[in-house]
Amino acid sequence: MFIVLDHVSFSYLAHTPFEISALVDVNCAIDRGESVGIIGRTGCGKSTLTQHFNALLFPDAGKVLIDGSEIRKKSAPLKEVRQKIGLVFQYPEHQIFEETVFGEVSFGPRNMGMGEGELERTVRWALDMVGLDFETLKEKNPFELSGGQMRRVAIASILSMRPQALVLDEPTAGLDPEGKKMIFGKLKTLRDEWGTTLVIVSHSMEDLAQIAQRIIIMDQGKIVLEGPIREIFSQVEKLEWYGVRPPATARIAAEFRKRGYDLDCTVLTPQELAKEIEDKIIQRRKG
Amino acid sequence: MIEFEQVSYWYSDVESLLEIKDEVLNSVSVVIQKGEFVVLLGRNGSGKSTLAKHCNGLLIPKRGKVTIDGLNTMQAENLWEIRQKVGLVFQNPDNQIIATTVEEDVAFGPENLGLPMEEIRRRLEEALSIVDMQDFRRKEPHLLSGGQKQRVAIAGVLAMHPEYLVLDEATSMLDPEGRGEIISLVSRLKGSITVFHITHYIEEAVNADRVMVMDEGRMVAQGTPREIFNLRDQIVTWGLELPQVTETAWLLREKYPHLFPTLPVSETELVDALCLSS
Amino acid sequence: MLGKSIVLGQFIPIESPIHSLDPRVKIILAGVLIFILFIVQDWFSFLFLGIFIFGLTLTAHIPTGYLLKSLKPILFLLVFTLVLQIFFTPGEVIWEYGILRISREGFVRGLFIIVRLCLLILATSLLTLTTTPVELTDGLEYLMNPFKRWGFPAHELAMMMTIAIRFIPTLLEEADRIMKAQEARGANFETGSIIQRAKNLIPLLVPLFINSFKRADDLAIAMESRCYRGGIGRTRLRVLQLKQSDYRFLFLSLAFITFVTFSSFFLW
Repeated sequence: MFIVLDHVSFSYLAHTPFEISALVDVNCAIDRGESVGIIGRTGCGKSTLTQHFNALLFPDAGKVLIDGSEIRKKSAPLKEVRQKIGLVFQYPEHQIFEETVFGEVSFGPRNMGMGEGELERTVRWALDMVGLDFETLKEKNPFELSGGQMRRVAIASILSMRPQALVLDEPTAGLDPEGKKMIFGKLKTLRDEWGTTLVIVSHSMEDLAQIAQRIIIMDQGKIVLEGPIREIFSQVEKLEWYGVRPPATARIAAEFRKRGYDLDCTVLTPQELAKEIEDKIIQRRKG
Repeated sequence: MIEFEQVSYWYSDVESLLEIKDEVLNSVSVVIQKGEFVVLLGRNGSGKSTLAKHCNGLLIPKRGKVTIDGLNTMQAENLWEIRQKVGLVFQNPDNQIIATTVEEDVAFGPENLGLPMEEIRRRLEEALSIVDMQDFRRKEPHLLSGGQKQRVAIAGVLAMHPEYLVLDEATSMLDPEGRGEIISLVSRLKGSITVFHITHYIEEAVNADRVMVMDEGRMVAQGTPREIFNLRDQIVTWGLELPQVTETAWLLREKYPHLFPTLPVSETELVDALCLSS
Repeated sequence: MLGKSIVLGQFIPIESPIHSLDPRVKIILAGVLIFILFIVQDWFSFLFLGIFIFGLTLTAHIPTGYLLKSLKPILFLLVFTLVLQIFFTPGEVIWEYGILRISREGFVRGLFIIVRLCLLILATSLLTLTTTPVELTDGLEYLMNPFKRWGFPAHELAMMMTIAIRFIPTLLEEADRIMKAQEARGANFETGSIIQRAKNLIPLLVPLFINSFKRADDLAIAMESRCYRGGIGRTRLRVLQLKQSDYRFLFLSLAFITFVTFSSFFLW
């Protein structure tokens, strides 16, 4: 197991009257090469959880293990952890500060102590991974790019540290369908060709359906449901209970079931749903 | 009636002192009738937000003209009246709440209009109850969720008793829960006030009276939701995506052309069409 | 997450006779108290004014311990002042070690200044603990209004204060997020020399500034489209009106303070 959380609890402003319990006895394990989706209503603890993955927050109780070694506040070399686990915050373009795209993307690896020679190769690779051209953009001012391009530069600035796992908090927030498709396409390449572990936090089941294999559902600081994506998506009523809107395909299939048609609820895409409707309703009616 | 007549707009580049005619709006002509619920769709950068800012004179057309009930936005002396008629709600919920409590913020517009105190209080109560935020009147804005903040912003506009409510991508930064809150609020407002909702989420167009699509600064299509959802191939080229329901219906219709007399645009329509036809 | 825990100002939302006073009365009284604390020169006055402040605290239903907590941020200043006065005031030496000597005058003067500072802080804290930020800005705007005729921007200042207060939690939360995001990229805000640390702040400050400008821009547009055009012709949701109890309280308090001040000079 690559990332392990063992009975982790965490509160903000612990030991004050304002204490807010954000994680309660959370256990989870993420394997190398997996792509996991974390979902839940706002304030359920998903962002707090991801910040434990790369030593930005430390548990009040329990243990966090990355690649087999425990992360503690003082002991572990934090840089090593932060290099291994890349964390992309929500609206990452809001953290851009350099005057050139090259400067921005090379900030991370430079902090990690990467030499100048390797730096250029890495930046080139990272920009390439998000579908941006190194030669035309390296000297450009990142603030003059379009919103979607800035988002990709920000993601590249994490990728340039060559993390083994990439954790993304709402990577497509505010993007239009095209921008979304672009980001998810690039993430897929990263997973399939480079074996990068992906952890994606999202509000949208439809989005996660495009990329995640396993889903973790959180509510009030706890993991309340966990399993392969199809299994999770078909539990329409349970999802609604936890404040998660089931994907349209599952909702429609569930509606058909209510009307007496035996449709499979684990459909992820319109193609699959159409096939189910064809097999279970149209064909049967003909026969 | 909001009327755009051949409106063109481009941002000028200050540094080079040259007007770069990269037209964000390219000769757009649009009419929004009183009482309508109109949804404007378009990808990021299609010019839809620039169009919104023309509705109350925040931007003035470089060519053509915009009139609101006959008032031209070009004339500065009209702006005060125009801004009372046309209320705008913006994208970022954090950047449009001005006061330190909900009720102070809702009262901000009426205060600017110079209304007497009793009238401000009456409008405040009315607006808070429309958006269902009465219990939050004393709350500080940073303690609210995104959806609640946008509801406060809408209340702040409604308290000015506008005739037109323009939502400039007001749902794009919200989570599904917050978006749901705004969409159900808009459908409640439908009929009592003209709503012009600008978004890139196509499923928010389902209940509209009329849907318009913009791309590259031009108005590329107008029609009922069903008419627009029928343009499957174009929708992709405009950088948009059909809702999964309609996409499913399309896939079925390709194989069975006579399955649906009309294209289903909502989940119940799809289920009903298949279950009741048997 | 963090933002939800930030409290605007220090206001304690309870009901008390002090809470329901007109903010102008409280602001004026706090101002007078501060002024008097600077001019009186004897322990008796301090004693009486201290009792006065303590009495107000009780009337406001504010736990004394909570009020005293407001001294915590200036603890260092207090100690520093005391040390400075004790060692560097010449006079009758009461203790000596090497080149260090403490004079009686220095000791007394040090204590005197500390008590004065403490009373100052307690008086202002009492104001902010019992008055909401909205009331405070309203009260200040009303008090500054008479100066408008000489071109003093009373409304604009109050509006600026409101906006500043409104955005404190938003900006703190944003700073926290950017800091974490840069730490995730290996930035280091905690170690290194002072110059190095200042340099390391660039990745935090630049985005924070850029985002703030964007916010200011958005906010200006939002205000403009809600018909804002400065203070001209603007009415208020909350009109401040002095009640009889306000007059009574102000009169009695001022009478007491005047009495203490005069008797202090008389005794002197």
